[in-house]
Amino acid sequence: MKMSFLLNGEPVSTAVNTGTETLLDFLRQEAGLCGTKEGCNEGDCGACSVIVTGSDGAAQPMNACILFLPQLQGCSVRTVEGISGSDGSLHPVQDAMILKHGAQCGFCTPGFITTMAAAHANGETDFDTALAGNLCRCTGYAPIIRAAKMAAKQPVPKWMHEPKFAANHNSSDDIFCPQSTDDLAQWYSKNPHATLVAGGTDVGLWVTKQMRKPAPIAFLGHVMDLRQIKDHGMFLSVGAATTITSLMQSIAPISSSLHAMLARYGSTQVRNAATIGGNIANGSPIGDGPPALIAMGATLVLRRGSEHRRLPLEDFFISYGQQDCQQGEFIEAVEFPKDQTNLRCYKLSKRFDQDISAVCGCINITTEKGIITKARIAFGGMAGTPARAQHTENALLGQAWSAKAFTEAKETMAQDFTPLSDMRASAEYRAQIAQNMLIRYYHDLENNPTDVRGVHA
Amino acid sequence: MKFASSMPHDAARQHVNGSARYVDDIPIPNGTLHLAFGLSSVAAGTITSVDLSAVRAAHGVHLVIEARDLPFANDVSPSAHDEPLLANATVHYAGQPIFLVVAESHHDARRAARLAKIKIVEIPAILTIQQALTADSRFEDGPRIYAKGDIYQALPKAKNRLSGSINVGGQEHFYLEGQAALAMPGDNDDMVVHSSTQHPTEIQHKVAEALNISQHAVRIEVRRMGGGFGGKESQGNALAVACAVAASITGHPCKMRYDRDDDFIITGKRHDCRVDYRVGFNALGQVEALDFTHYFRCGWAQDLSLPVADRAMLHADNAYNLPNVQITSHRLKTNTQSATAFRGFGGPQGMIGIERVMDHIAHELDMDPVEVRKINYYPEMPAQGKVQRPAMTPYKMEVTDFILGKMTTTLLESSDYSERKAAVARWNTDNLLLKRGIAFSPVKFGISFTLTHLNQAGALVQIYSDGSVLINHGGTEMGQGLFQKVAQVAARSLGVAQSSIRASATDTSKVPNTSATAASSGTDLNGMAVQAACKTLQNRLQSHLANVYGCPSDAILFEGSAVIGPNFRLPWDEAVKSAYEARISLSATGFYKTPDIAWDRIKGQGRPFLYFAYGAAVTEVVIDTLTGENRILRCDILHDCGSSLNPALDIGQIEGGFVQGAGWLTTEELVWDSQGHLKTHAPSTYKIPACSDRPEIFNVSLWEGANPEQTIYRSKAVGEPPFMHGISAYLALSNAVSACGSNYPDLQAPATTEEIFQAIKRAQEHAR
Repeated sequence: MKMSFLLNGEPVSTAVNTGTETLLDFLRQEAGLCGTKEGCNEGDCGACSVIVTGSDGAAQPMNACILFLPQLQGCSVRTVEGISGSDGSLHPVQDAMILKHGAQCGFCTPGFITTMAAAHANGETDFDTALAGNLCRCTGYAPIIRAAKMAAKQPVPKWMHEPKFAANHNSSDDIFCPQSTDDLAQWYSKNPHATLVAGGTDVGLWVTKQMRKPAPIAFLGHVMDLRQIKDHGMFLSVGAATTITSLMQSIAPISSSLHAMLARYGSTQVRNAATIGGNIANGSPIGDGPPALIAMGATLVLRRGSEHRRLPLEDFFISYGQQDCQQGEFIEAVEFPKDQTNLRCYKLSKRFDQDISAVCGCINITTEKGIITKARIAFGGMAGTPARAQHTENALLGQAWSAKAFTEAKETMAQDFTPLSDMRASAEYRAQIAQNMLIRYYHDLENNPTDVRGVHA
Repeated sequence: MKFASSMPHDAARQHVNGSARYVDDIPIPNGTLHLAFGLSSVAAGTITSVDLSAVRAAHGVHLVIEARDLPFANDVSPSAHDEPLLANATVHYAGQPIFLVVAESHHDARRAARLAKIKIVEIPAILTIQQALTADSRFEDGPRIYAKGDIYQALPKAKNRLSGSINVGGQEHFYLEGQAALAMPGDNDDMVVHSSTQHPTEIQHKVAEALNISQHAVRIEVRRMGGGFGGKESQGNALAVACAVAASITGHPCKMRYDRDDDFIITGKRHDCRVDYRVGFNALGQVEALDFTHYFRCGWAQDLSLPVADRAMLHADNAYNLPNVQITSHRLKTNTQSATAFRGFGGPQGMIGIERVMDHIAHELDMDPVEVRKINYYPEMPAQGKVQRPAMTPYKMEVTDFILGKMTTTLLESSDYSERKAAVARWNTDNLLLKRGIAFSPVKFGISFTLTHLNQAGALVQIYSDGSVLINHGGTEMGQGLFQKVAQVAARSLGVAQSSIRASATDTSKVPNTSATAASSGTDLNGMAVQAACKTLQNRLQSHLANVYGCPSDAILFEGSAVIGPNFRLPWDEAVKSAYEARISLSATGFYKTPDIAWDRIKGQGRPFLYFAYGAAVTEVVIDTLTGENRILRCDILHDCGSSLNPALDIGQIEGGFVQGAGWLTTEELVWDSQGHLKTHAPSTYKIPACSDRPEIFNVSLWEGANPEQTIYRSKAVGEPPFMHGISAYLALSNAVSACGSNYPDLQAPATTEEIFQAIKRAQEHAR
């Protein structure tokens, strides 16, 4: 099938055969734009970052190595070659990177330039977060941050403005690009073995690393009614195709702790593509979304054809690799209460930013008159699925809010989990850390310093 | 003219606009074929059958090459001829290339490479240091031993004694640009190879051997690498040779680049090691005797392991004058990736050993670790107010340029060490869960290749009739700014504007017989060679113009893009034009060899280094005692680049070196499973520092002082030495853990969150 998008301001149209052609390969091999680099081919290094502007007009850096061409229908893509003006004038971030010596070997630089230009356009100044998805092995980052700060004062060049672009959203038999949830539901019930791609941050790796050729395949990025966030007063309903970036905006007023954890979910590039529905549906035991949502008391809305059903999120995860999801059924939304005052989310990983959790612990405890009346404690990385620590919860219920209650309850956790050892952490360490997260929770709510990121020299 | 100028990298503009070209960006001719290796899935065994029918039948496959199909030498080793390009009958590590797929596209080749059916009868793999010792699996007959004084006398006599051991993890280079090569066959059996390599001459040699042609028939070109760090000193050989062989067989250009996971799984990394120590010391903390044993896990082939392990021994003293010392070094052969060069080249492993000893002594005596270090320093040189003989290193080299005493005083003051140390102690009293730590560490790093004959360099400088100058030398550009620094040397030598100078891609047909761009030597060697060539050209211009204007040639000066005599002043381009028209040769070679060095690596005696580069760091951290999570809060570095050629580029090396060194000792953990499979083979599982891991406060300054040796404009090498400032981060973490209990934390490296957590428990255990 044919698909079209804007590339550095110019319309391009290209044939798509499998639907799993990546933007990176297209840029480097078809378009002859070799500024965008392949560093890891799995969305972890940022060397292939490009700016994608979708129908909402937001300039978002994404990893071209795990973006499939059909995801870009009707979008504007800007590569490093399009960050300079057509007369060769440099963008302020490019000027600043030269003046501050922000490039050494230069290989990561195009990815930094695009990510920095997007942050510049969006007025972002938390550069540690904005640039967490771009790895540099030469500079130690200090000069890059100096450059980002220097450029922040300059206006956005006019050539960065993306012209309006209306494209047809094409589909073929095997490459389906639905426009509505109803279309998707109908097609998927007829093609129950199809692969659904929302952000592609997981399926991308099936293709680039395992060299699988998923077919048929449906791309959900343009199903606008699947990415709506609805405020129902007491609770929010979040469409499954809502990106983590969008979700963060809705979470900010609800839980600063979850918001802070989501700021460590992948990287800017990953969060701009990845969706909350994908994070749940892939059933990973180490995704960060599910433990948080379970602790929040989330309900999953599943759909098959025109049928809907609801279940508590924790019940969706049956065992490793197995979810309560029938053929042709997909996640439509996840709903959760808005009162999350006592929710705390703790993500432990080898590296602070852009790392997969060894343990993700999310704790939500309610007290009435000093007595613990509700406890929802969920962990990732502790079992074959994201799961609640029910023995621990029970041990806390009815206890007086005190350090002693938590110290005693943490001993119960051995009954909840038998974690594994892997390259991220040993089983013993996981078990102890999960217990200690309970202790941290107590101190956190007592306003004792518990976060190394809150300490400054 | 201002020379020590912080000009940007010569390719800065191309870097930021995306036009800087790397091997994979070179437009390829039609018909170019793409290569991928099929890899061994087991760590040790004998190949009993290889069924490649599915590989051959796969989409786009042109050719599949096995060891027996190779026309000539099957070897890509940089040293001992023990590294076949393709495994012959036996496999020695999980990831070893067994066959080579030649296909129409990169993806076709990768996909096909996975379709082989290979039977291997496994034999027990030797994976760990202990397994290798038990099996006596090693390179060289036995351990190397360097010694000074007599530890056997001195150690028992010492009033205080300690022993300990530190495991030090390896490190993946994670150059952002993976390994890549592109071979283009020419007529008359010529072969041109574009390679992402630090060592074009070695690539040339290995390609010539593989094709059984003379070296003059092979031309290697390297415009730039997307990072090297030692990982492209020898590890590019396999790709270049594979491409050249496939190109020779098929007649097509052939290109190969490793997918990142393959790059991790196939190529060598920094040597991991264990350093055992027994130390005797007096009540002041002065070391009286020190016995080190190094156990280096070298992997399956020798590669550069011997000089790496040697350099670890040569840095086992770091900055300290050890009266009685013995260093025993085991180079163990294991069924893992062949460990290779990585920034510091063993120096960091040697250095962390002694810094660990200093830390341990300070803990034992309850002294400020800075005081223990200072009391053990080599004597300051030149000694002030008294005649003092320089002290000897354990390898009997005099330390004549020691400046760390002065540097330490300056840094402790500028970093406000004492105040902050007190503040850290107060914090630790007041806070239950989060503990802070602060530490100082010095660096003394020897500059020169320890294989003495490598300390040579050539250059070719060409002046064109419009006055523009093209320089070429044996050094390669991997981001360090070598081309810029050497261009500045040329501009200064010829008295012309920087814009008149351009450095061309490194090319074995322009400068032959070059050494690797390694050992921090790039500017020292190639800068001098280019300067020599410039001098030759200047002499020719001088005698020509002296003739024309009837003045003495030594009265003619070159400055401000002009040639100035007592009775004339010519713009540079006119002077050049005049020389051209007078039929004066305007191209010249230059050559340099490092003077005064001599080294016997078997005896462990001599002067392996022309000089030492110095530096010191103070780093502060905070740890979470509940989880081991941590953060570097502040780092202050004072570093010695001699008279810096380009302060901005030098500071760039220092900042980048610190963060890379801190990464080595904190988040960068390589994990192999019990079968010898590397489990951390992509950035998803192997964690180099990200943006927010750099110190929030990061103060780097340059020591003001010229190199006493006659290096290029009295500068000092800067590539590797700052890497070892990362040790201060490890020590600061150890210091923070010490706040949790009275035992020595015995912190191992890398100090991951998990390792810190375990160390906290060790510190808190009841006294042993």
